[in-house]
This record gives sequence, structure tokens and C-alpha cells, in this order.
Amino acid sequence: MWAGFVRFARNRMALFGAAVLLCLLLLVVFTPVIYPDDPFKLAGPALQPPGGRFLLGTDTLGRDIAAEIAYGARTSLTIGAGATLAAIVFGAAAGGVAGYYRGRTETVLMRITEFFQTIPAFIFALLIVAILSPSVSSEIIAIAAVSWPSIARLVRGEFVSLGGREFVQACAGLGASDARIIFKHMLPNCASSVIAVGSLLIGTAILLEAGLAFLGLGDPNVMSWGLIISAGRAVLRSAWWICTFPGIAILLTVLGINLVGDGLNEALNPRLRER
Amino acid sequence: MSETVLELEKLTIALPPGADRANAVSDVDLVLRAGKVTCLIGESGSGKSLVARSILGLLPRPHVRVRSGRILFDGQDLVVAPEDRMRDIRGAKIGMIFQEPMTALNPLHTIGRQLDEVLRIHTPLGKAARRARVLELIDSVHLPEPDRIIRSFPHQLSGGQRQRAMIAMALLLNPRLLIADEPTTALDVTTQAQILFLIRELQREHGTSVLFITHDFGVVADIADEVAVLQRGTLVERGTTAAVLGAPSHPYTKALIAAVPKLVPPAARPANTQPFIVQARDVAKTFGARGLFGGRVTRALAGVTMELRRGETLGLVGESGSGKSTLARAITRLMPIDGGGILLDGTDIAQFSRRQLRPIRKRVQMVFQDPYASLDPRQRVIDIIAEGPIIHGIPPAKARDEARALLGLVGLDPSAAQRFPHEFSGGQRQRIGIARALALHPEVLVADEPVSALDVSVQAQVLALLADIKARLHLSMLFVTHDLRVALQVCDRIAVMKQGEVVEVAPTAEIFFNPQHSYTKALFAAVPGGTWQDRKAS
Repeated sequence: MWAGFVRFARNRMALFGAAVLLCLLLLVVFTPVIYPDDPFKLAGPALQPPGGRFLLGTDTLGRDIAAEIAYGARTSLTIGAGATLAAIVFGAAAGGVAGYYRGRTETVLMRITEFFQTIPAFIFALLIVAILSPSVSSEIIAIAAVSWPSIARLVRGEFVSLGGREFVQACAGLGASDARIIFKHMLPNCASSVIAVGSLLIGTAILLEAGLAFLGLGDPNVMSWGLIISAGRAVLRSAWWICTFPGIAILLTVLGINLVGDGLNEALNPRLRER
Repeated sequence: MSETVLELEKLTIALPPGADRANAVSDVDLVLRAGKVTCLIGESGSGKSLVARSILGLLPRPHVRVRSGRILFDGQDLVVAPEDRMRDIRGAKIGMIFQEPMTALNPLHTIGRQLDEVLRIHTPLGKAARRARVLELIDSVHLPEPDRIIRSFPHQLSGGQRQRAMIAMALLLNPRLLIADEPTTALDVTTQAQILFLIRELQREHGTSVLFITHDFGVVADIADEVAVLQRGTLVERGTTAAVLGAPSHPYTKALIAAVPKLVPPAARPANTQPFIVQARDVAKTFGARGLFGGRVTRALAGVTMELRRGETLGLVGESGSGKSTLARAITRLMPIDGGGILLDGTDIAQFSRRQLRPIRKRVQMVFQDPYASLDPRQRVIDIIAEGPIIHGIPPAKARDEARALLGLVGLDPSAAQRFPHEFSGGQRQRIGIARALALHPEVLVADEPVSALDVSVQAQVLALLADIKARLHLSMLFVTHDLRVALQVCDRIAVMKQGEVVEVAPTAEIFFNPQHSYTKALFAAVPGGTWQDRKAS
């Protein structure tokens, strides 16, 4: 693990990504200190350009865009991390069971996985949120529901290849239970690839969340980047700053996450190391 | 003295910084003569393969490169030769064959097309002339039905046939030098003997010079005119085969030759009259062909019956595909069987459920072939060894104490406990694997090719360890191997397997002096270096 960390630190782009994410995390942590007021509160005159009293200007209702972005960051990260975590748990469970037991179990589970993969992700997420009514938790459920198949397929593949390895057979030969083999030997051995792919999933989840919020399917009581853009799109030509700054926030966050994800992938995946 | 084809002058190949030594090989001087086979022998990590690659300019640059020295071929130094000149030389003037013919051939092209391509690149021959030449070569390597072979894809041929095709390809342009990098290591002994014979025959016919890379002194004895011994990058001894094998001067060469398992009459052992501890009765196992579309069926075990007595070592000898590993896994119940019975102390455990098997697991343990794949890379050695006892309800602290004691028993330092498997060499890892098997205090130890992935010097140590432990702990052992020499050394009785059946079982001495089955005789005849060792023994 330490060697992996050193390899990660040698990758400049990955370090840049990590720095961006760190700034974002600090922003989220200190938001209540910097902007103690509710982001939905009217702070001043509407459509103030950036500069002036408000760093990033105000929106059509006179809300401070900088405060909105700070609070939106919390939403984005919560939903991104929550949905990814849910997808990993569910995907690893399905893929692990399929890859370990093989046979009919595998056939059934992988057909279900493929079924989920064939539905266009965004439309499916829209549908789920529409059914569950918009809220943070239903967004997490919807995004997890469209993200888990990729994890399931990855874990299944790793389990199939690990299952034939002699150390797993040796463990079975010692009389170990299925649970012991799966949790003590197989999962730790595919953890690095799951971490790498999972980190990329966070970026996708944040994009999905912004898209849902843009279409008005975000939680109406929680500030989010998609919501700001959605509110500002009517005045895009007269007040460019409303859409631009949350857009940049999304861009930087997703870019940072992808760079970190690539860095992790390279550092932890032995097949890519010798490049 | 015949003409010099290639000369290495103080060849030094640099390794990337951080490798275990600065140079893969240093100051290697070697002369290859026309019509002679020169064997470059060394253990894994000695740098022998890199020497071969450096001649063809195929080093994995920029990490590994020639630091100094010259490679003289046709009066030209290949080290500084431009890449387009090297392309002309490769294939046309210097041919190469590799260890694994499956990966060296393109799986998507037919054998004929791949051979034809060589001619198309290097010669102005027309289509018909090329085809004639290809057929001629296929015939000269004694592949049956050349017309069919050139239309076949690599996967449709057996390992030996693929290696023959590779040799045909290497010889297409009548090269003056043939480099063979462990060309028979991946093959069965009987196939290996045929391929060695073929290389010798073709080399004599064409007067080709051959550089033969190997780790096996038996192979050296069979094929070489001259030998060069490489120890960790230094050429420690060279000379004619008779001189080096007959009267080695360097201590390393002496040690290597001493470590080679000998094809010598085993010491007579008292007959074992103890009761049977493991019996296999008509065990059958078939692979494949269950899906919707059927497919090919492989009968791995076709009703195998064998018995292991208490305190005995039974050798299970056979070539790849004979079913010996399948039988080992069936007996340890790592693989379900289709029919028959497996008796442990008279109780049939073949149909036991997992719950019923748990107490059985303690009594029968397995040592695996591949010391790199058989240990969990994410666990510390102490946890690997202690895992079995912990599973069976021993308190973890006590299990770890016992595991530490076991490290001493298998000859490892106590400091090994806290390290990870990747920090150990192959032989050390195999010791860890043995300690793991012993941790449960088994009565039966099933060893599946425990030394075939190891260098000969390490092989001897691990075999000695197994024999010592077996005697000390009164174990019964089932020893699976493809190497008759090893089996003769460690086993009380030997069962020879072929195509899923046991064709002959007899006490070791009996099977050595008086093999009954024709296949057993063929196996003995194919042992590399057999005649050399006969001479030594007499």
C-alpha cells in the first residue's frame, strides 16, 4: 500500500487532482463559518455582476452565488460519495456472489446486471427520482441504481480469476468457510481495482446529480450546483455569471476526481505500473 | 577448429537502477562455432535469457541495455548496428525459438501464413516457390501431413507440434546461428526428447551453430558440444561438454551438477505393511461439455484406483494431461468427482458435505505447485500459517505461537513471520506453503509438483526438507511429479499415470530395474541426460 502511495505521489496530474479535491473538502468543512446564513436567503439586489460586494455576483432573486456554490459543494459531495458507496456495496455483493459461486447463480445475477446496463443511465435515474419524489436520498438511490452494474462486473471478473488461484484453493483446503475466503482473501485482493474504479464513479455521480437538479428533479430544499444553473439559464445572455461559476465548480470537481482516480488506478493496478 | 560464427567480447548488460545487481551479466566472453551446439546454463536470474536477447537486439530498452562489450557477427558489431540492419539479420541470419511456442505464434494466423510471411519479408521468392519451401521445412521437422499443418491454427496443434513449427520457422532462411531459449522447458519429457533429437539432427544437416539456453544439466548432456555456466551474471566455467560435466572445476558447477536429481537405482526400502490410509476406488472425473451447445469432453480420470499406506510416500508420475493433479485435488476434496470413492481410513469421504469435511481437512493437507500463486499476497506469513488452526478453533494467540515454531521446523528465520510473501524467494515461499500445510498436524500430505517451479539447487533443499519432515512427523505422502528422477529419489512406490489411468504401480526399485508398461519404459528413455548419468553411475 505504501509503495502504491509513493507511485501515486510521483504522478503530477494526480497530485493536482488531489489538491483540487482537498480545497473542495476545506470549502465544505468551513462553509458554515464563511457563509453562516442560509444560501436561499436573499442577500442583496438581484443580478449583481461578480466583483463588487458579492465575489461571484447574485442571481435572479438576489442570492449570493458564492454562498450557493459553497453549499452546493456539500450536496454534490454527499450525493457523489453516498451513491458511489451504495453502488460499491451492492455491486460488490452481486458481483462477488456471482463470481464466487458461478453456475446458475452467476447466470441469473449477471443477466440482471446486464438488464440494468442496457437502460440509458440518465433516463433511468430520472425515472427513479420521479417515482420516489425528489429528495437527497432518492437521488442517491437513483444514481446508485444506475452505477452498480459496472462494479458488479468488475468484482465478478476479479473473483473468477482469483477463484482459480492456488492460495484460494489452499484456503478452502484448510477448511475455511465461504465467508472467510470471500472477506479475508478475495475482497482484499481486488480492493485496489474497486477503489480505482469507484473513485471515477464519484465524478459520474456528481454529473448525474447536477443533471437531475438542472431538470428540476433535485431536492428543492437543498442548494445544489445543478439547481443554480437551472435557475440561471433563463438569463444566460444577460447574467452569464450565474451559470458559469457553478459550471466551473462542476468541471474542476469532476476533473479532480478523474485525475485522482486515474492516479489510483495506475498506482494500485500492477498491470499498468511498468509504463 | 571450425569457423567462428558469433563472438561475445566482454559483454556487459546493465539492469535498471534498483534491481538486485547493477549488471545482468558482466564481462561475458563466448565463442559460438559453426556446426556446434553451445549450451548456456544457469539458474533463474542468472541473466542467460538476456544474453540471448542482446544478440538479437531485443533487450527491453531503455531499462535494460548493453553497457559495454561487443557482439561480433560476420565481422560486424551487433551492439552498435542500426535497427534496419538488425531487422535483416533477425530471422535471416540468426533464427530464434522460444520457450512457449503458443505465445510466440500469432493465434489468429495459420501456421502456413506465418511461415510464408518470413519468406515474403526476407526473400524475393514467388508464391509457389515460397509454398514449396514452407512445405519442405514442415516436412523436415517431421510434422505429419504438411498440407494439413499449414492450414492449421496454433491452438489446433499440440505443444510439441507447435515447437516443431517454430523450429521450421526459425530455419526457413537457413540461418547460420539458431538461438534456442529454453525451447523444451514447457514440454513433456517424451516430447522434449524428440525435440532435442530434432534440433541435433537439423543442426548437423545444415551445419548451423546453436546457442541453447537451459537450466537443465540433463538437457546439456543430451545436446551440447560446449557448455558455458552462468552464475548471477558471471561466466564461471566453460569448456567441452565432456570436460565440464565429467570434471567440473568451479565449485558452483560442481554444486549444480550435484543437485541434479539422478537417474540412479534407488536404495532398496523395506516393504511397508501398514494399513491403507488413503484409497481411491474407480475415481472418475470429466471436464467440460455441460453447456447448451455441448462441446469437447475431457476425461481427466477414467476410473483410477490407488492406495497409500500409512507412513508411505507414493509417487504419482505422469505427463501433462495424465490426470495426476486432478487425482491429487480429488483426494484432498478440492474438486468434486463424478464417480467412485475416496476412502480415508476406510471411510468414504467422496460425497461428504462441507460440514462433514471440516474434520477431514485437518487430516489431509496439500502443498501446491506454484509458490508464487499459492500464498495470499496481502497476508503476513504468520497469518498465512496460523490460518488453518484458527479456522479450526485454536485461539489466535496460540495458533501464532505454533506458527512461529513451524517457521523453525521448515528452516525459516523467525523474523519471516511479519513479512509478506513477495519478500521471499521461490524456495522460501515453498517452505511457507509447507509450514501452512503442517500447521494442522495432518496425517496425509499431498504434494502437487512441489519442486517443479524451483531451481535445481533449491529443489534439492526442499526435497530434503519434505523427506525430513515426513520421517519426523510420521506422515504419509502422495507426491505428484512429472519428473521421474525426483520420484525415484523420494518415493517408496511409484504409480505411473497416462490419460486418466494408472498404467503401472510398483515399488521404486522394481519400477526402475524392471518397468513393465511400455509407457513407463518410454518415460525412462526420455529422461534428459539419461545416458550421461548411466555412465556416471557405472
